[in-house]
Amino acid sequence: MSKKLVIFLMSGRETPELAAAAAQGGADLIELGFPFSDPLADGPVIRRAAERALSEGMRTKACLECLAEIRGRVQVPLVPFVYSALLEAYGHERFVADAASAGASAILVPDLPVDSHPELRRIQLVAPTSTDERIRLAAETTDGWLYLVTLTGTTGARAELSSALAGLAERARRLAPPELPLYAGFGISTPEQARAAAEIADGVIVGSRAIEVAEDGPEQLRRYVSSLRTAIDAAR
Amino acid sequence: MPSPSAKKISPAEGRGLYGGYGGRYVPETLIPALEELETGWRAALADLDFISELNELLANYGGRPTPLTLTERFCPEKRIYLKREDLLHTGAHKLNNALGQIVLARRLGKKRIVAETGAGQHGVATATVCARFGLDCVVYMGVEDMRRQRPNVERMQLLGAEVRPVDIGTQTLKEATSEAIRDWITNVETTHYLIGSCVGPHPYPEIVRVLQSVIGRESREQILEREGRLPEAVIACVGGGSNSIGMFAGFLDDAEVKLYGVEAAGAASLGSGRVAILHGARSLVLADEDGQIADAHSISAGLDYPGVGPEHAALRDSGRVKYLPCTDDEALAAFERLTKTEGIIPALESSHALARALDADESLIVVCLSGRGDKDLDEALAQLGRQA
Repeated sequence: MSKKLVIFLMSGRETPELAAAAAQGGADLIELGFPFSDPLADGPVIRRAAERALSEGMRTKACLECLAEIRGRVQVPLVPFVYSALLEAYGHERFVADAASAGASAILVPDLPVDSHPELRRIQLVAPTSTDERIRLAAETTDGWLYLVTLTGTTGARAELSSALAGLAERARRLAPPELPLYAGFGISTPEQARAAAEIADGVIVGSRAIEVAEDGPEQLRRYVSSLRTAIDAAR
Repeated sequence: MPSPSAKKISPAEGRGLYGGYGGRYVPETLIPALEELETGWRAALADLDFISELNELLANYGGRPTPLTLTERFCPEKRIYLKREDLLHTGAHKLNNALGQIVLARRLGKKRIVAETGAGQHGVATATVCARFGLDCVVYMGVEDMRRQRPNVERMQLLGAEVRPVDIGTQTLKEATSEAIRDWITNVETTHYLIGSCVGPHPYPEIVRVLQSVIGRESREQILEREGRLPEAVIACVGGGSNSIGMFAGFLDDAEVKLYGVEAAGAASLGSGRVAILHGARSLVLADEDGQIADAHSISAGLDYPGVGPEHAALRDSGRVKYLPCTDDEALAAFERLTKTEGIIPALESSHALARALDADESLIVVCLSGRGDKDLDEALAQLGRQA
């Protein structure tokens, strides 16, 4: 089974075109950032991207419109990455309904731990600090696949792939239902890191570096995603 | 020396919810650390060694109990007492919390402390207790606040803390808090986050409230001894809300005592905020209809925060505490008046509470003088238009 490549993009006017380029480059899924003013899980690159998006007026409704526009251009699954503050304001049920009708296949909430709001179906995240009990609960309740946060820290490129990933993935395999896909994200930016992560997990999520490359336009993004694709496909 | 007694712990115990406010809205990475903190906190509260170590520090290092001073000329037609947290070591109530959390952090085996600061008083208190116990200390502070509160930056550095400037967004307490939390996420296994107010994810609001409740406990005993009766009103300023929650904790069960929290008019989360999520908790926050956090404004860096502790939100809803606004100008006038009439220079934060004491209907009042005003001289003199 080929490994999955997830590309994170921040909502914005140019995002539909960027999403199309990412899909052409070989992305299997696009995570769409809904910008929040105080994003605790994010490092400087995504934080700055969120600030820019907010200054362009990318509020929740505009982001949902962006999602729908992307849906019209690409076939791959789309997943909003949305902080709980936005859900609180918009309403959980209303958001889930509106995101689904705009074309989302699931949602991801980085600051809603697995035992909060269990009624809200979402892709769950686990971290190297998570206990076995919490990994099991997250794996049982997650929506489609489980997000392995490879490191203790915020989003953003790192020099090396986190050494914590292997142990986390091993625990998750042992605790999760069989066949549940495990995708690794945070701190993965180079093709080499993506390949190494793909040898451990079933999918790889790339965010901050994709945001930086996207600033140079869709063609640059397509080439970058394509280099990640090639690296991941070479994974054992 | 009274101890933080278990029965004074808020109704949040065990769940971290105050009338639907509070909770834990943080990345999964932090949850095990919050659970460890909560377990360690419960064990500490049940441990007489913890209580006696803390009480010894509060008394012989901090200088507790702090006096209750009857004002003479500030407002002669009323009996206004000041709870003198300005006389606590480091010059503000923040030390009560910093001492309690540092003893707790040592029990948890943490070697490194991170904190946020706005006015610099919490940063100074944290740097102080880290110097006392020999722990590494990093304090995040907005660039704008570093400018406004320069003496406190220098004090923290002298005490051996690293002050990390935060130059994103509003460059004030909100961003400094976010950066401190991000540092904690990154270094969670070695580091204790020594939060300065009754905000943040559970169990922080409860920890800070219990550690600050010494203010209210002492005040109640002192006023009964001096006046033979309870005050008609108790007034304290509210930014994140730690001095006020500690003060109110002593009087919440006394239904006849009116409780007033005073917010900066430009940072009135309780007066004009809406339900939103900030820094890991659901509370009343200055936010727009999309849940994006708005900028606060106050002349006082310590009140310049768009959120407030979740227990205050619940106390507002229940009506037990009334929250009132105070403008920069009103606070400055009270600052100058207390200085000129009593020979006490109050913090600009506390000056907000003093302003509302002047026009309160009640005549026997206890005001929490949460800190001293030395740090505010540059800002206050510039605003009063007579800087030399």
